[in-house]
Amino acid sequence: MRKSTSTLAASLAAAVALAGPASAEGKLNIYNWGNYTNPELIEKFEKEFNVEVTQDEYDSNEIMLAKVREGNSGYDIVVPSDSTVPVMIDQGLLAEIKPNEMENYGNMDPRWIDVYWDEGRNYTVPWLWGTTALTVDTAVYDGELDSLSLLFEPPEELQGRINMLNDMGEVINAALRYKGYDRCNSNTDELRDVTELMISAKQHWRTMDYATIEKLTSGDVDASHSYNGAAIRSRDQRPTLQYVYPKEGFTGWMDNVAVLADAPNMENAKLFVNFLMVPENAALLSNFARYANGITGSEEFMDDDIRDAPEIVLPEGAPTPDFVRPCPQEVTDMYNRIWTKLKQ
Amino acid sequence: MADLTSSSAGERLAEARRQTNAAARRRRWQLLSPAIIIIAAFGIFPLTITLIYSFLSPGTYGGVRWEFSTNAYVQFLFDRDIFDDTLQFSATYLSIFGRSIGLAFGATVGALLIGFPTAYFIASKPANQRNLWLFLITLPFWVNLLIRTYAILLIIRDEGIVNISLMWTGLIDQPIGMLYTDYAIFAGLIYSYLPFMVLPLYASLEKLDFRLVEAAYDLYASRFQVLRHVIVPMAKPGIVAGCILVFIPALGAYITPELLGGGKELMIGNLIALQFGGSRNWPFGSAAALILLVVVMVSLIVYVRYSGKEGSNHG
Repeated sequence: MRKSTSTLAASLAAAVALAGPASAEGKLNIYNWGNYTNPELIEKFEKEFNVEVTQDEYDSNEIMLAKVREGNSGYDIVVPSDSTVPVMIDQGLLAEIKPNEMENYGNMDPRWIDVYWDEGRNYTVPWLWGTTALTVDTAVYDGELDSLSLLFEPPEELQGRINMLNDMGEVINAALRYKGYDRCNSNTDELRDVTELMISAKQHWRTMDYATIEKLTSGDVDASHSYNGAAIRSRDQRPTLQYVYPKEGFTGWMDNVAVLADAPNMENAKLFVNFLMVPENAALLSNFARYANGITGSEEFMDDDIRDAPEIVLPEGAPTPDFVRPCPQEVTDMYNRIWTKLKQ
Repeated sequence: MADLTSSSAGERLAEARRQTNAAARRRRWQLLSPAIIIIAAFGIFPLTITLIYSFLSPGTYGGVRWEFSTNAYVQFLFDRDIFDDTLQFSATYLSIFGRSIGLAFGATVGALLIGFPTAYFIASKPANQRNLWLFLITLPFWVNLLIRTYAILLIIRDEGIVNISLMWTGLIDQPIGMLYTDYAIFAGLIYSYLPFMVLPLYASLEKLDFRLVEAAYDLYASRFQVLRHVIVPMAKPGIVAGCILVFIPALGAYITPELLGGGKELMIGNLIALQFGGSRNWPFGSAAALILLVVVMVSLIVYVRYSGKEGSNHG
C-alpha cells in the first residue's frame, strides 16, 4: 500500500511515472540531465560493446531521486550532483561498483578521488564539473570585475539588468559568501542579515531564471549569475561577456556517474563507467556540454576553445571552488522560508 | 408460474414496469461506468492521496514520513518564531495567493472587455460569415501554449519586434521595458485564454433576438441603456461561463508568469511546484494545492448561486 501510494505521488511530482524499459541482454538505460550527453559518445559505446543504449532526462536531483527511490525504475545509470550522492548512498540506492578497482581508474585526476561525497571513489566517477559564478558584459560595465557586489550591490550600469539563477541554494550561498558567513548557516542574526541583503538587491534584478544563455544573448540582461559552461555558450554569441571569479568565493559542483543498486544491466553499467574513464571519451563529454571532466589526459582530445576557455581554466589567485555539502533539514527549512519571503 | 397466473393484470403491468426500470437503470450505470471509472481513477484517487499527504510530515530529501501532522496547514498562515518557538501570523503565503488571484481577476476583466465586443461583432455578422470568424478565434489553439507564450516574449522584449520598429521610426530612442512586468503577465494571460471568453459569449449573443434591441431603441432607450438592460442581461450565462473558464486556468497558470514575469515573484502554481522540488516539502505542496482547490470551489459556488438568483429576477 505504502509503496503504491508513494509511487502515485511521485508521478504527481514528476508528472510522468512510466516504468523504465524492460531489461534484456545487451542493453543499458541511462537517466541523466537533459541536453548533457554527447550523442557521439553513446554511439561509440554502442558500437564498441554491442549494447543498445536508451536515455531519459530529468531536470533536477529531486525529480531523479523521487523516481529512483520507488525502486524498479529500470534505469542502470544515473548522474547525481555531488550533494545528492551521499543521500543516495545512505539510502542504499547505489551499487558499490568499486570504480577504484577498475581498469581505467588510473586516469582519474587525483584531486577528484578523496571527495566528501564519495571518499576513495567506491561508488561513482566524475561526469563533468563546473563552477557557479557570474558573467558580465564588459561593453556595458568596464569597472573592476572581481566581486559578488556586482550582483548584490550593483553599479548603476547594471542595475535592473541582472538575471539571478532561480535556485534557492545558489542564491543564498552567494549572499552568504558576499557577507563572509558560513554555508549551511543556521545563525539567525546572520540569516536575517543575508535576507535583507537579498531583498534590497532584488530591486536591481530583472529576472530569476535558469535560462541564463537565452537571457544574456537576447540582450534582456547584461549580467547574470551563471554556470561556467553556460557562460562559454553565452560568450560564443555575445563576445563581450566575461566570466567573473569573485574574490568572496564561488560554488564548485560535480555531477557523478553512478550505478543503481537495482540496475537490470549491472555488467553493462560497469562497462560504461569504466569506458567513461578513458581520456578520449571524457573529452567527448566536455566538447559537447562545455564543462571540464575529471580525467587526466583528456585535454589533448578536447576542442581548443574549451580546453583553454577562461571559464574553465581558473586564473592565478582565484579562490578554490567551494563544494557545498548538503545542509541539515532545519537549515533547509530556514532557507525555504527565506526564499519564499524573497519571492513573495 | 402459479404466482403469475393468480396475480391481476395491474400487478403484472407494475412488475413489468419495475423490470424495465431496473433494466434501464442498469444500462444507465453501464453507460456511465467509463466516465465514472475515469473520474475515480484520475480525479478522486489522486486527490485522496494529495489529501493524505497534506496531513503527513515531510521526509528528508523529499517524499513523506508516515507521521500525522497538521503543520502544512499551520505553516500556511503562521510562522514559527526562530527564537522562542511561538506561532506568529504570517502573510507570506497569503500574499502569494492574493497576487495570483489579483492577476487572474485582472486577466478575466481584460478578457471580458476585449471578448465581449468581439463576440458581439461576430454574432451580428450574417450567419454564413460567422464560422470564418469563429475559426479565426480558435486558430491560435493549433499552436502549443509554450510556443505562443514564447512568441509574445520575442515580440515585446527589449530587442523585440515592437521596440525595434518603434526605435526605427524614431518614436523612442530607448527600448521600453515591457517584458518581465505584471503587465506582460496580464497580456500573456489575456492572450492565452481569450478564446475561452469569446466562445461562450458568442453562444449567448448568437441567440440574442435583435428585435428586442430594436424595440428598446423604439422606446427611446439610449445606446448604453440598451447594452445595460437588454444585451448584458441576456448574455449573462455566457459572461458567467466565460469568466469562470478564464479565471480558473489563469489562477493556476505556471508557464506564463514564469516566462513573461521573469520568475522574480512566486505565483500559486510556482509555489506548489517549488515544494515538490528544491523545498522538499511535499505535505505543504499538497496542502497548498488543496487550499487553492477549496478557494476556487467556494468562490465558484458563491458566484453561481448569486448569479443564479440574479438570473431568476430577469427570468
